[in-house]
Amino acid sequence: MTGTSAASAWEELVTTALLGTDRRMPVGAVHGRQAPVALVDAAAVETVRRRAGIRPVRAAARPEPAAADRRAALPPAATRRLTTLLADRPGTGGGRRGTAPDLMELLPQWLALANAYGYAAPPEALPALLDAARGRTDLRPAALAFAGPRALWLARLNSDWRFALRAAPGGGSALPGADEPDRVRRLWQEGLFAERVALLTGIRAQEAAAARELLMSTWATERAEDRLMFLDTLRTGLESADEPFLEGALADRSRNVRATAAELLSALPDSALAGRMAVRATACVAVDHTGDTPTLVVEAPHACDAGMERDGVVAKAPAGRGERSWWLGQLVEATPLGAWSGRFGGRTPEEIVTLPVADDWQGELHAAWCRAAVRQRDPGWSRALLGAPSTPEAGGPGAVSSAERAKLLATLEADERAAWVAGFIGTHGLSEAFQLLGVCAVPWAPPLGRAVVDALDIARDAGSYPWSFSGVMGLAERCLDPAEAVRLDPLAATPEETEGASPGAGGYWAEAFQRLTTTLRLRAAMRAELTPPP
Amino acid sequence: MTQQGVRWTAEQVLASAPDAASRKAGSKLAAAGPWSQAGTSDEGTVWGLCKGSGSKPYQTVVDVADPSGPAYKCSCPSRKFPCKHALGLLLLWAADDGAVPHGQAPDWAEQWLSGRRTRAAERTTRTGAASGATSADPEAALRRAERRAERITAGATELEQRLGDLLRGGLAAAERAGYGLWEETAARMVDAQAPGLAARVRELGAIPGSGPGWPVRLLEECALLHLLVQGWLRRERLPEGLAATVRSRVGLPGSPDGPPVRDRWLALAQYDTADTRLTTRRIWVHGAESGRTALLLSYGAAGRAPELSLPVGLAFEAEVSSYPGAGQLRAALGERFTVPEPAAIRPPGVTPAEAAARYGEALRDDPWLDSYPVTLAGVIPTPDGDGWQLTDPAGELALPLTPSAGTRPGLWRLAALSGGTPVTVFGECGHRGFTPLTAWAEGTGGADGADGAVAGRMVTLC
Repeated sequence: MTGTSAASAWEELVTTALLGTDRRMPVGAVHGRQAPVALVDAAAVETVRRRAGIRPVRAAARPEPAAADRRAALPPAATRRLTTLLADRPGTGGGRRGTAPDLMELLPQWLALANAYGYAAPPEALPALLDAARGRTDLRPAALAFAGPRALWLARLNSDWRFALRAAPGGGSALPGADEPDRVRRLWQEGLFAERVALLTGIRAQEAAAARELLMSTWATERAEDRLMFLDTLRTGLESADEPFLEGALADRSRNVRATAAELLSALPDSALAGRMAVRATACVAVDHTGDTPTLVVEAPHACDAGMERDGVVAKAPAGRGERSWWLGQLVEATPLGAWSGRFGGRTPEEIVTLPVADDWQGELHAAWCRAAVRQRDPGWSRALLGAPSTPEAGGPGAVSSAERAKLLATLEADERAAWVAGFIGTHGLSEAFQLLGVCAVPWAPPLGRAVVDALDIARDAGSYPWSFSGVMGLAERCLDPAEAVRLDPLAATPEETEGASPGAGGYWAEAFQRLTTTLRLRAAMRAELTPPP
Repeated sequence: MTQQGVRWTAEQVLASAPDAASRKAGSKLAAAGPWSQAGTSDEGTVWGLCKGSGSKPYQTVVDVADPSGPAYKCSCPSRKFPCKHALGLLLLWAADDGAVPHGQAPDWAEQWLSGRRTRAAERTTRTGAASGATSADPEAALRRAERRAERITAGATELEQRLGDLLRGGLAAAERAGYGLWEETAARMVDAQAPGLAARVRELGAIPGSGPGWPVRLLEECALLHLLVQGWLRRERLPEGLAATVRSRVGLPGSPDGPPVRDRWLALAQYDTADTRLTTRRIWVHGAESGRTALLLSYGAAGRAPELSLPVGLAFEAEVSSYPGAGQLRAALGERFTVPEPAAIRPPGVTPAEAAARYGEALRDDPWLDSYPVTLAGVIPTPDGDGWQLTDPAGELALPLTPSAGTRPGLWRLAALSGGTPVTVFGECGHRGFTPLTAWAEGTGGADGADGAVAGRMVTLC
């Protein structure tokens, strides 16, 4: 029997079976009660024949192989650890955490270490990695860097992972580099917006001038919101050579583009705009020597002229703010900090911020200096504005909020930052330390770690519940040096209940410290597993 | 089997967990933090106190020396078995010498252990006596078997009539008749003590409404059911191998009476299927010397992991005996001589065309076979419209994956492992397509230890 006639014989059987032998005569023309049996007999023969005769199908077009990943293979123990970390999905536990470590919180650290050692992700872990990165945007850069080119290859096959194609740092292998000018130009002219941003960001990271030229080649024809996004990529590797282009952008039709260009220019201390702003700002602040002590007097601008507006000063103040102080703030913020020393007789930043300020202008002036120190990444001014960590007003003369302090701290070297925060915690405790701890380098330097643990111990002795400090506790689990675990053991014991303490608090604290030590040991194990053999 | 004093691997512990949530919860307890007074004895007992939410710590003890499988006891209220504390304790024991030192079991652990071992000894004596009683009266056993065969024959005849009625009225009517008709027929087959027929009938009920092409599938299954009934009614005239296959397909219990084959067995794949009452664990093993692939089945009550657990990629030396029936792949695990260890054993692979042919040949011995275990060498997972296929090294022929395999997370692990380059895939090849279960890239990896470096790390897909 040929294939075709076998197929048609089977179709005939199916049709007869669908209609029923009462309505349709089966093949071979058997009548009456025997008809269904004849049908099902024939169907049995055909079914087994069909199954026994199954053949492969014609192959579809194969996928292009993924780009090779030349990084070193992950050590076996680290591979198993990654599997456990990825298996710990958020929302599966719920409720009180007890003494068990929060594995998902350790994943970022694990990824950072693995990336630092330059390991390749085990291919079979890529789906779980992509799923984790899909759910947590904060994980994406590290997860995708670790996942490597094969993850992008996978993402092209599964629409759930499209984000990886958009978010790939510099586009991964998918985007051309600065050494492929033709591909760059074509993608820049024909690419989707996201691809173009990724391309520009990637090139800017490698070669600032090339990115600037690429951007200038089409600048005039770009839409306003696109111009804003493109302009933003210049923050990376901002240099004096960018000034002419940015000066041009000050005349842009879009107000947001103008403001961003002005902000970037003001971060270049030698730019003409910074010079113009310095002239305006220093004219508003002077030292008054007429009293017993030299005092700063402020004469805020009386108008926002066209020149100021062109240099990015926003004329209209937000509701509830005085116009003149609003303008002053913007001028001071955009003025190179170096200009003040000259204006105030060669005083250092410390001397300047301790000068009294007349007529309630101090808050306004110091706040603007804080913003300038952050924008210009000036550690000298940051240090002066932060003041000593142990001052009673908890944060020195300039900075008023934790957020501002955290930003100022970020301009200091890691050691100095850790020492300052340790001093702050030693004086003021933990209640305001959370944000400051967030900008400290991981693992925490020994003095900082000790300050945090001591403060937690003090909080326990004071009889409060540990969940009042759950934020700091969580940070400590992720950031404390694993070497500190030994010192924590005594704290992990359940203490006697003391008079006046919150009921059960001792037990909960013991639990929290147990979790802390367990997590620290786990982190030490993670690190050991990732460390390559000598 | 002597496991005394031998530590398990973390994989072995995790494989004994009843579900993913327990694995996770157990992993979190696998650190010294919450444990106190943990210890292990030379006889193969592990115990410890685990701090819970209450004031009194939970007492956890595990007996890993029992040849019939580990036994667990924990004072926690969990109904999972083993509970997360037992898993955590075993993981701690598996990972860290220092955390679980050798010592003398405390009283509370010792009491449970001695009680358990006494009971086990009694049970052995009783079973011995009972089996003596059966063999003492072979005639009674024969009479019982005959009575059961008569009931099955009556049920099979009734089923045959129902199939006739169905085909007389047409399958189109079956779609309207709905599920109830089949449920009732299945119940009749249970009464007739033919659970194999009952299961097939129940599956028939699910076919109308299973999407495009259901009439074809329904006719196929009706035809194979008819074939089985006819096989049963004529079993005396069938060759012995086929008759045994029919008896087993109908649902008569058989015992693994094949000669024990001693070999080094590699666990190729392990996966569970569960319904409301029962968890079935299927484990495919491959013999290094014999080249045989055998299926080990293990069962657990709902919510409990079946006792047998063999982590994929590990091999052990043991005796395995086949169940009766020509071409029967199911076997029972007999005496085990070594604990599972990483091994470089890998079954040789075939092409997609050869895989399809093997399934076809296997149907000669067992026409009711849905799929046959094969290893495909050097195939590339390739997307094809809505589905996926495994294309052969020459790039011309391919086996489509079963539609359900195409929606499982394992598919993406397979695709990731391949990255568009050839991989070796073990799975089940059948009339619905290929179901990938395990895959490995040749000559890569090395995570499984010294000899694993040559063989490629096995990745489970199920």
